[in-house]
Amino acid sequence: MATRREFIKTAAAGAVVLGAESRGGLAAIADPQGDQGKSRVVIARDPALHGGGSKPDEKRVLDLLDRAIAAYTGKDKAVEAWKHIVAQGGGEGKVIGLKTNGLGGRGISTHAVLAFAIAERLQQAGVKAGDILVWDRTARDLEACGLTINTDPSRLRCYGSDVSGFEDQPQSFGSASVHFSKILTRECAMVINLPILKDHSMAGVTFAMKNIYGVVQRPQELHATGCNPGVADLNCIPVVRQKVRITIGDAMSSVYEGGPGFRPEHLWYPNALIVGEDRVALDQTAWKMIDRKRVEMGLQPLASVGRPPDYIATAADSGHRLGTNNAEKIALKEV
Amino acid sequence: MIVSRRTLISIASMAALIALAGAGCKKIKAGDPFPASNAAAGWEKTGDTRTYAAKELWQYIDGDAEQYIKAGVVTTSTADYKYQGQLEAVVDVHTMGGADGARKIFEAGQTHDAQTVQLGDAGIQYAQSVIFRKGPYLVRIVAYESTAGTPQALMALAHGIEAKL
Repeated sequence: MATRREFIKTAAAGAVVLGAESRGGLAAIADPQGDQGKSRVVIARDPALHGGGSKPDEKRVLDLLDRAIAAYTGKDKAVEAWKHIVAQGGGEGKVIGLKTNGLGGRGISTHAVLAFAIAERLQQAGVKAGDILVWDRTARDLEACGLTINTDPSRLRCYGSDVSGFEDQPQSFGSASVHFSKILTRECAMVINLPILKDHSMAGVTFAMKNIYGVVQRPQELHATGCNPGVADLNCIPVVRQKVRITIGDAMSSVYEGGPGFRPEHLWYPNALIVGEDRVALDQTAWKMIDRKRVEMGLQPLASVGRPPDYIATAADSGHRLGTNNAEKIALKEV
Repeated sequence: MIVSRRTLISIASMAALIALAGAGCKKIKAGDPFPASNAAAGWEKTGDTRTYAAKELWQYIDGDAEQYIKAGVVTTSTADYKYQGQLEAVVDVHTMGGADGARKIFEAGQTHDAQTVQLGDAGIQYAQSVIFRKGPYLVRIVAYESTAGTPQALMALAHGIEAKL
């Protein structure tokens, strides 16, 4: 029989896990509509984001970010919202990482303008420029996003795991035994996840949870059987679960087929940012967006072509408890 | 012969660097299918050719590598180009184990809006890309912008590559 002390210890650990898999404290404190314990996901859109060109307008991206964060946190003033995110996310006075995704190459990578917009707001909220680290696997990935490498600690930093290196000791959960980037383990106290919404030839969809493949040394070892349970297992490892606090997903442009590489014939412009803490709810939302677009374009849904993103349900199961994929438990807010 | 510890460390470091360089991207040598600058009208080759062996392909295209490996890819080479100083594009040349592998990949990605073009054994074109196969080679050329002149420019580059395969 467990002693009272053991029970309290177990209960406390459970509360931490629950905190990580539910709204986690960054969402609105006082929400007049009330999410009633559901996982909040905000989709903010701006149909005019790209104007007439292929690049999103810088000013409009900042405005869109402000709208998304205001809707998510319930705080209309951007600076206050970001102070809240930094404080609740454990980033005060520490290094905050912005994990981009440049794997698809130019044309389908996290837009640099989004990383810059977030960095601007973080600085206005009191974070030192040098305490912001934009990172990905390699310099090439970062350059694909339109970023420039900088290791000078007095300015906004930007470099990859090819500079930092990886931990010698692996960390494990289930099928995943990985060597993490030292940027995640040693540099960042808090990570803001900046994936880009894409179809994926093996996983079905790549968005919030799949982007974490970019923080380990040999992600190819996690791709078997549609990345299931690889994605769920990797996201369950404590350093990921605890440090990756919020996702600001780039759905300004996307590919609904042929991903994860750049396939301009399947490029579309959702002109959106998708914000949330529940990574499972985010990926479930992303899946539905991709499927809707596929059907609109005369393609079959992912499940019908043998690429259902089953890792999403796995991440929600009792062995992982990373969040919810139940639509009734997701408070989807479109602004 | 007595060799100092420092010398030994230097030799070991040098050997490790050489080994690392060998394990990474390799420069294409003979049979380079990538046209030099201005060999295809208006196209400038803006970077080095990078070549990935099948087992390294994930470094370049992550999960997409699996379908190429299943189809028997041997190497994938890639290089960046720029047309008339403005339109940027990337060329991927996948060298498969045989023509069947190239056909498999070629046919897998087609959609109804693809326009058939005369290139190699078979070719298709979209507004911003050209894909063709020739023997064991599968070539994909992707532009980062769509302009009125993009399809014609891409075809010129495609013909330049086809001639070298």
